[in-house]
Amino acid sequence: MIQTLAFYLFAVLLIASAVFVILSRNPVHSVLWLIVAFFNAAGLMVLVGAEFIAMLLVIVYVGAVAVLFLFVVMMLDIDFAELRAGFIKNFPLGIAIALVLLAELVLGLGAYQAGALQLGAADGASAAALGVSNTAAIGALLYTRYLFLFEAAGMLLLVAMIGAIVLTHRQRGDSRGQNVSRQNQRRPGDATRNERPEVGKGVVL
Amino acid sequence: MIGIEHYVVVSSILFVLGVLGIFLNRKNVIVILMAIELILLSVNINFVAFSAFLDDLVGQVFAMFVLTVAAAEAAIGLAILVTYFRGRGSIAVDDVNRMRG
Repeated sequence: MIQTLAFYLFAVLLIASAVFVILSRNPVHSVLWLIVAFFNAAGLMVLVGAEFIAMLLVIVYVGAVAVLFLFVVMMLDIDFAELRAGFIKNFPLGIAIALVLLAELVLGLGAYQAGALQLGAADGASAAALGVSNTAAIGALLYTRYLFLFEAAGMLLLVAMIGAIVLTHRQRGDSRGQNVSRQNQRRPGDATRNERPEVGKGVVL
Repeated sequence: MIGIEHYVVVSSILFVLGVLGIFLNRKNVIVILMAIELILLSVNINFVAFSAFLDDLVGQVFAMFVLTVAAAEAAIGLAILVTYFRGRGSIAVDDVNRMRG
């Protein structure tokens, strides 16, 4: 009973917050609704026992991606009212395409319920091991059979990071950065000098 | 009783909402990127639901890779957006035709 209640709670909140993401006037509100949507999706995933992916969703999306969106939305000085000008104009086309897509998905779901295509069942080679937590089971699979894919994913993130830095980094003329070679060339004799001034005379600088 | 169909319906609705968001906010790249995130989220829900349904962990492993790609895409997309805004002072996608493509 409580599972059903939880499912409908998460599902309704997920759909509602997704609606607010695409309809809200202010993109900051869109980002905040996106965070709500991710939390509810994580709840849906916890309900089927995929707690690792759910926590990953919360950490990666809410902790990193949504904050990145917030930074960009707040950093850029954008006239959002002007950007919404085409909203009404695009509405009929958008609704039409959405209805076509929804009809296709409903058709697919109906076909699935009427006896799906037989593509073969899971061979059980990657079934969750009994008595092991979801995280441990995924780790055992990820670090053995999918090790190279896992490292490729890490490489992808590295490339994305370098790409983002290269794209957004700019050299400003008035910045006073560190010049390592000048630092290394400098000798103590260039920078200091010993003086023994007489009493009452000053030091010439 | 909650079955796999419930999860598929939820993720279908989420997918359609994401596509609708792209069409409704044609000018605002930031909301378009958020709509793409919604679409990838619906795909992930589908993967995880079927993974649990078929008792096959590969779905969850693949969902993790989808998550990775989504994070990389958001980072690169927002970086391009910032660079574009610096050059043009606007992010209206309607007149992005600098390359005459």
